[in-house]
Amino acid sequence: MIAQLTRTERQIALAMLVILSAVGLLMAASGRHDPLGIHGALVATLAVLGSFAVIASYYRPLPTEDRRRQYYDDPSKFGIVAAMIWVAFGLFIGDWVAWLLVNPDLTFDAGWASFGRIRPVHTTSVIFGFGGNALIATSFYVMQRTSRARLPDQLSPWFVLFGYNLFCVLAITGYMLGITQSREYAEPEWYADIWLVIVWVVYFITYLRTLARRKEPHIYVSNWYYLAFILVVAMLHIVNNLAVPVSLGHAKSYSLFSGVQDAMTEWWYGHNAVAFFLTSGFLGMMYYYMPKRAGRPIFSYRLSIISFWGITFFYIWVGSHHLHYTALPQWVQTLGMTFSVLLLVPSWASAANALLTLNGAWHKVRDDATLRFMMVAAVFYGLTTFEGSFMAIRPVNSLSHYTDWTIAHVHAGALGWVAMVTFGSIYASVPWLWKREGMHSARLVEAHFWLALAGTVVYVFAMWNSGIVQGLMWRTYNESGTLAYSFVGTLIAMHPYYIARAVGGLLFLIGALVACYNVYMTIRTAPRHELEAGSEMPAAAPVLAPAE
Amino acid sequence: MFGFHYRLERKTIPFVLAIIGAASIGGLVEIAPLFTIHQTVESAPNMRMYTPLELAGRNIYIREGCYACHSQMIRTLRDEVERYGPYSLAVESKYDHPMLWGSKRTGPDLARIGDKYSDAWHVIHLNNPRDVVPESVMPAYTWLKRTALRTDDLGKHLTALRAVGVPYTDAMIANATADAFGQANPGTPFADDIVKRYGAATNVSAFDGAPGNVTEMDALIAYLQILGQLTDAAYKSPVAEAARP
Repeated sequence: MIAQLTRTERQIALAMLVILSAVGLLMAASGRHDPLGIHGALVATLAVLGSFAVIASYYRPLPTEDRRRQYYDDPSKFGIVAAMIWVAFGLFIGDWVAWLLVNPDLTFDAGWASFGRIRPVHTTSVIFGFGGNALIATSFYVMQRTSRARLPDQLSPWFVLFGYNLFCVLAITGYMLGITQSREYAEPEWYADIWLVIVWVVYFITYLRTLARRKEPHIYVSNWYYLAFILVVAMLHIVNNLAVPVSLGHAKSYSLFSGVQDAMTEWWYGHNAVAFFLTSGFLGMMYYYMPKRAGRPIFSYRLSIISFWGITFFYIWVGSHHLHYTALPQWVQTLGMTFSVLLLVPSWASAANALLTLNGAWHKVRDDATLRFMMVAAVFYGLTTFEGSFMAIRPVNSLSHYTDWTIAHVHAGALGWVAMVTFGSIYASVPWLWKREGMHSARLVEAHFWLALAGTVVYVFAMWNSGIVQGLMWRTYNESGTLAYSFVGTLIAMHPYYIARAVGGLLFLIGALVACYNVYMTIRTAPRHELEAGSEMPAAAPVLAPAE
Repeated sequence: MFGFHYRLERKTIPFVLAIIGAASIGGLVEIAPLFTIHQTVESAPNMRMYTPLELAGRNIYIREGCYACHSQMIRTLRDEVERYGPYSLAVESKYDHPMLWGSKRTGPDLARIGDKYSDAWHVIHLNNPRDVVPESVMPAYTWLKRTALRTDDLGKHLTALRAVGVPYTDAMIANATADAFGQANPGTPFADDIVKRYGAATNVSAFDGAPGNVTEMDALIAYLQILGQLTDAAYKSPVAEAARP
């Protein structure tokens, strides 16, 4: 990796690592009485190790000029491997957390291992660790192909990937140390948030510089979605994390907003993390890998336009549906509900556009588990967006909110849509990136598909049942007009569903481990495909043109 | 429209600006007015602030992720009001940076848990919930009672909160550490001082049952016992008045 950097890039990398080491040491010194000090030491150690690595390779031969004729894919390879590691870890923690609700004593007598601290480890690992790395890796891959331009330099993609993974490591180790803002899906504290802003700005600039060098006149639809993902996540992240640290020696900060304004800001962020991280980015992925794998053009260019702008404009309004019947003013709740229902139009336009793209390739869906992953993802996307619009309607929300129904909905989206489309894209891109004939074992891809689907269905059905049962029990009155069930009474009713959920999660985890093995074997042992020219930039002819 | 888009998608910067524009409107319309429309938050002139010990307890509540399973927001629904008490008002979380309304009730709502159970019950329950609620799936927080609370920096915490709008006085900030000790040690001069500074309604108690040292258990219970007690505004709302027998 360092051998691919030019002399100047090696110098810049070394300078940045030295600065980062110094920042880490300062954090360690100023935070020596606080968990911040541990993070400072961690940052300093990683940066010093990185500097040694750069120094060790500093005098290796410089890259030749003919690198410019090839796409730069090593960062994408790193991102995909990182995504696979994160998903195995994140799903393992998730299933552990699920079993803790079956038996709360399945843990160690220590703060770091308690439910409240490792639950965000699960969510951050799967959303940001797995999802984020997969998005960055595929966005680099897709942006180069659809623009017919190589990444602008060798250093910035590595900075984005290493920086982003450092953020994820700071986040999850922080939770275990007790460092959290408590803002859902934005738990990392102020210094990690500042670091992410720096990484994100570099990511955005890298994207723009590649687009500026494109040889295609049009920006392909995948890039619209990746751009929306990068831009809006930046906006959400910065506003939602505005806070005043206790001091430069404290990890702890106090949010700038309080009470009702804070709640609205948090859910404006929270639901749009779903929108622009877990939807836009992955739609960008789907718009490239699905037509490529199916060998069919996108069904409709106009439908792509309508759904893109619909999603970008409508989604931002819907966060307040997390706050129905709360102290949030009713006019905001009503706006959130209205736009949530409207959102069904662009969401289903996207799902339909994806599924209709498969017309003429359904025999491939039958035979090819990789394409089937993407097809099922599009189906789950359609189902989940329908369910989401439905749950945002106030009276429905009065039943579903605060219950496991929300958990069912989230996992139908996260497992059924996000993870499935990512696995499909990873199975498609690993052989392309590593220049192999195909995956090590097509039968293991098939096995993973059925494990993932079964796990998702078991999980979602268990949580639907649990949520609806508990929601109904909470509001049941007996004949004398008093509440029929105590809170503890509803817990007993949950127990069998919690077991079923943990089993469903376990199936999904096993599937992901099979995928890790398969990816590893493909990289390690499959024969090289000598004729593959996937990383050569074509002189002309667009890679993908949407149908008119 | 599609012709316009056909041209727009050839230009990076206009496309980027269009995304920013489309994605900004909703947030501006929904969030900005919440800061300007004054009816958004009711007025509660006698609203109390968290004492340093309660604030430290709140930070432990955040650190341990309690908010992931316990909401602090009673909705305007009959069964919730009957189960948990008067529905939550915006003013009740006016000093909450951040708010802890929560999104999931794996355990019950805690918006009005204060004063519902004794300190001794909380000590047993936090140490091992299944000692008092056999069906509970809550984790045991055994380390709270054996961990001393860090109090030397509480003044800095209050200063940071004042910077974001909580009206702590200079005296409160200067005496934050002593006040934390006083609240957990009834009968000491420090206990009288904190009552003078934060008002007669302040809970002074040896929360964890062991006066002398201040533990994380002291702080967390002090916080739990204040939940729903900062103001009585919710009990004076028109609906609550009408429901009173």
